[in-house]
Amino acid sequence: MGTLLQFYTSSVGKKLAVGLTGLFLCSFLVVHLGINLFLFAGDGGESYNMYAEFMATNPLIKMLEVVLVVGFLLHIFTSVILWFKNRSARPERYAMYDAAASSELSSRVTLLTGSVVFMFLVIHLRTFWFGSRYGNEAGYTMYQLVMRAFGNPVYDLLYITSFVILGYHLRHGFQSAFQTFGINNSRYTRLIELIAAIFWLVVPILFAAIPLYFLRMHYMTGGIV
Amino acid sequence: MNFTLKIWRQKDSASKGELTTYYTSDITSDMSFLEVLDKLNQELIKRGDDPVAFDHDCREGICGSCGMYINGRSHGPQRGGASCQLHMRSFKDGETIVVEPFRAKGFPIIKDLVVDRSAFDRIMQAGGFVSVDTGGTPDANAIPIPKKIADVAMNAASCIGCGACVAACKNSSAMLFVAAKVSQLALLPQGQTERKERVIAMLAQMDKEGFGSCTNTYSCEAECPKEISVTHIARMNREYLKAVLS
Ligand code: HEM
Ligand code: FES
Repeated sequence: MGTLLQFYTSSVGKKLAVGLTGLFLCSFLVVHLGINLFLFAGDGGESYNMYAEFMATNPLIKMLEVVLVVGFLLHIFTSVILWFKNRSARPERYAMYDAAASSELSSRVTLLTGSVVFMFLVIHLRTFWFGSRYGNEAGYTMYQLVMRAFGNPVYDLLYITSFVILGYHLRHGFQSAFQTFGINNSRYTRLIELIAAIFWLVVPILFAAIPLYFLRMHYMTGGIV
Repeated sequence: MNFTLKIWRQKDSASKGELTTYYTSDITSDMSFLEVLDKLNQELIKRGDDPVAFDHDCREGICGSCGMYINGRSHGPQRGGASCQLHMRSFKDGETIVVEPFRAKGFPIIKDLVVDRSAFDRIMQAGGFVSVDTGGTPDANAIPIPKKIADVAMNAASCIGCGACVAACKNSSAMLFVAAKVSQLALLPQGQTERKERVIAMLAQMDKEGFGSCTNTYSCEAECPKEISVTHIARMNREYLKAVLS
């Protein structure tokens, strides 16, 4: 316990906590996407509803849900503390500061991109988590809820934008986590870059494809769904 | 060449500073940036004004004292050189050049462009050394070190402690400096005895001095006059993790 506290109170320890929780959230993204891909099954939502039911009732998943919430809170709490500490480390700003000459934009706006992801999460949970458990008097299945939500082009645009921003968060974040863990040398750089591209490019594209898929369905069926 | 210089003037650590505009002419492209400041100071002294205070010593990029923030960058627009190695051919004739001190809570301003970098000394005192028994000078090559490791250690050891990494970092983080010192000693046999205590003590002192933490923007590597690699930061993180866990 003493070691853990000493660890967390140091700046490098905090940064490691951000990296660890960040990668944990990445693993959650993969699981979430895996289930979401059943939306494309073309079976009217049968398989998707089955998995959704499993996720909502399985006790092990329920426990993991708590871990996930803690992971999110720890990630956000720690990164925000670090941000304030980092800002206070330069009380007087430069009159001229050319950050673009030495660093990538994605590495300098992680708090902003992260905050957008957070706002998205609130809306997302309101629609699907809250929407499926409470206020679902009509008794829609999970698939029907998804279909109804994504029939709205404004909502779809919000989704797609959020995933572009998440991709940008991970453009920096994924490889950054490995630097934080000390796994950055020429031997692994290429491999990490490759896996990183899955996270900042492929995963967000697949997530963003879901609203587009349902929007197309919405118009193909003349807006019935 | 002619230049407009906007230089940060600040009487002492307690006063408020401001950018003051000066005009210089008859500058040749092969003059170094510090020579331009020398020339300006001659003129200021002749006029009875207070010359611009700035740190300098070797004027060949090895002492690390000449750090200043030029046009929004540590040591100015060039890569891989200190302010004293910056030549005026790096600028366009007629350009306005903004000169500020390195800014960070850990580097309080003493006067004008001179900052107090003794925070770095205190970090070194916390663990940036090896304890050896004194005696005769050991033979060169008495302890063989593989070339590959020697090269990486040399890259770390080329740190001149100028503070450009802190100054360029958006978080005023001193991680590249501390990592260079930790890394250099962790790579070499002489550094093994105090390996664990060193990384913990130096990082604790770094936090105490008010430097920010690293967000891996890698500005430090880009602005380092010795082009020290951020892989040393990765190594230090690894060293820290190992030291805390064992
Ligand atoms: C699914 C959601 C998210 C994922 C997968 C994720 C992933 C990551 C990863 C992998 C890192 C890199 C850690 C490192 O550099 O060691 C990171 C950093 C960070 N994240 Fe997130 N994150 C998510 C949500 C958020 C949210 C909601 C915030 C809210 C404020 C946030 C704020 C930050 C900040 C400020 C950093 C620090 C980056 C740095 O040090 O440069 N993230 N994130
Ligand atoms: S004066 Fe010594 S490094 Fe510039």
